[in-house]
Amino acid sequence: MITIRNAHKHYGRQTVVNNVSLSIQANSLTTLIGSNGAGKSTLLSMVGRLVDGQGEFLLEGKPISSFKPTDLAKQLSMLRQSNQVSARLTVRELVNFGRFPYSKTRLTTKDHQLVDQALSFMDLTGFADKYLDQLSGGERQRASIAMVLAQDTTYVLLDEPLNNLDMAHSVHIMKLLRRLVDEHHKTIIVVLHDINFASCYSDYIIAMKDGKLVQHGNTEQVINSERLMEIYGMHIPVAEQGGRRYCLYHL
Amino acid sequence: MRSLVLPTLILLLSLLSLFIGVIPLTWESLRALDEQTLHILWASRLPRTISLIISGMSLAIAGAIMQLLTSNRFVTPSTGSTTDWAKLGLLVALLIAPQASVVAKTLLTFAFAFIGTLTFLFLLQKIRIKETALVPLVGILYGNVINAFTTYLAYQADLIQSVNSWALGNFALILKGRYEILYLSIPALLIALLYANRFTILSMGRDMAQNLGIRYQATMQTGLIIVAILSSLVLVSVGSIPFVGLVIPNMVSLFRGDNLEKNTIAIALSGGLFLLVCDIISRLLIHPFEIPIGVTASILGCLIFIIFLFTRRIYAR
Repeated sequence: MITIRNAHKHYGRQTVVNNVSLSIQANSLTTLIGSNGAGKSTLLSMVGRLVDGQGEFLLEGKPISSFKPTDLAKQLSMLRQSNQVSARLTVRELVNFGRFPYSKTRLTTKDHQLVDQALSFMDLTGFADKYLDQLSGGERQRASIAMVLAQDTTYVLLDEPLNNLDMAHSVHIMKLLRRLVDEHHKTIIVVLHDINFASCYSDYIIAMKDGKLVQHGNTEQVINSERLMEIYGMHIPVAEQGGRRYCLYHL
Repeated sequence: MRSLVLPTLILLLSLLSLFIGVIPLTWESLRALDEQTLHILWASRLPRTISLIISGMSLAIAGAIMQLLTSNRFVTPSTGSTTDWAKLGLLVALLIAPQASVVAKTLLTFAFAFIGTLTFLFLLQKIRIKETALVPLVGILYGNVINAFTTYLAYQADLIQSVNSWALGNFALILKGRYEILYLSIPALLIALLYANRFTILSMGRDMAQNLGIRYQATMQTGLIIVAILSSLVLVSVGSIPFVGLVIPNMVSLFRGDNLEKNTIAIALSGGLFLLVCDIISRLLIHPFEIPIGVTASILGCLIFIIFLFTRRIYAR
């Protein structure tokens, strides 16, 4: 379980995360939604210890700041949205680094297995020996996700993992995240812009607006026109089909 | 097989390097092993060849680390103000304690190189340049400001000649008893190998490093310490030699990528090889005189670099 108490962050006079408190259930897929600049990424980065801020952040009851960096890296991983790796590495070399917290430089057979698995999860086996700078944006994005998967942490934080991805790969990744939660008992928090992916795949949805927490609940509670009006400030019809809710926000 | 190419080339060129000099060494004299031959070999030729290889390795690895630490292919000790700070440090050492030992002078040189480069990185963090090519330009600019100050100090103290001689690295003065401090590079190179993976991860940015459990600032500083040690040792014993740190890691990266751990040996050996070649050219072109290796290394390095820029579009990115 991740517990956030009174998270607060401001840049100069602008408050980006305003006194947010919430807990995230273990073994669930939670999605952060909200308009641009709502503070979703900042909040996630604060949990991932990539951004400093005020407030308490607990991982299974223990302050995240009290973990040794290598120990934390075995429990919680985070991928930010602006991860443009400029180094000339092959996909496999990048994914191998996901095992760094465990094996430092000497990878074991188990490490190699996990790397191979992550590569095949991300549909990258054929690209393993290609350099990152030879790949498309989407392939690079998948390589970064594969690295985080190889890191094999119980808690995974992903900031807009579907960036740059086509529909097929987006669906593939969402299904995979679902599987990681259901079969491998991971706890995953993602920031998504497409609320339909949020609606179809998450256990819980957290909505933010202007740095504040406005909604936190399961899909039924959050995905309805009334709540969406609060979150996005626009009228969004919601349709139901096959037991799932779809937001028709294009019209 | 391919892994043996570099060591073999180094061995062959080292042998060649041993035979080049003002006093000719022949097979006959070598077979006879008379006292004079032994003396030349032991006191002058061997030290020179060894120091060439170690310097080449040190400069190339220092360059590679610096490029990773700054995530920029063009930032090396000579384009990141490290060498300029080291020169200032060496001058200050000469000014305040002219009688001090080489070790003491090297220590002060190192301190200046380390703290100076830290200030450069601090500057970079403050001004946040997005343009890749601009970062080394700022470094060169900053280095030149330091250099101006060094020149001013040297002028006041009548030490301009010394300072100018450091600017152009030269192996002609390497003799037994005057280069041994360079051996201190070897432990620094080994530590670099140990930290290689961390430096590669650092080059992927602060977020990635922290995600993988690496202490960003501490690792950055370890890297800078290694860079400063290597740069100051070379500066104190042979003077500054540009382009090795820039060209060699980039050349290796072209064929083998940027994974430092995988490449440390290739980069080190290529650096040694490069200086051996430069030195042989230096000694043969106007034999029995010689051109300072700083000049040959600049010309050769510059040529290779221009070829890179034109042939590989990736380097223009």
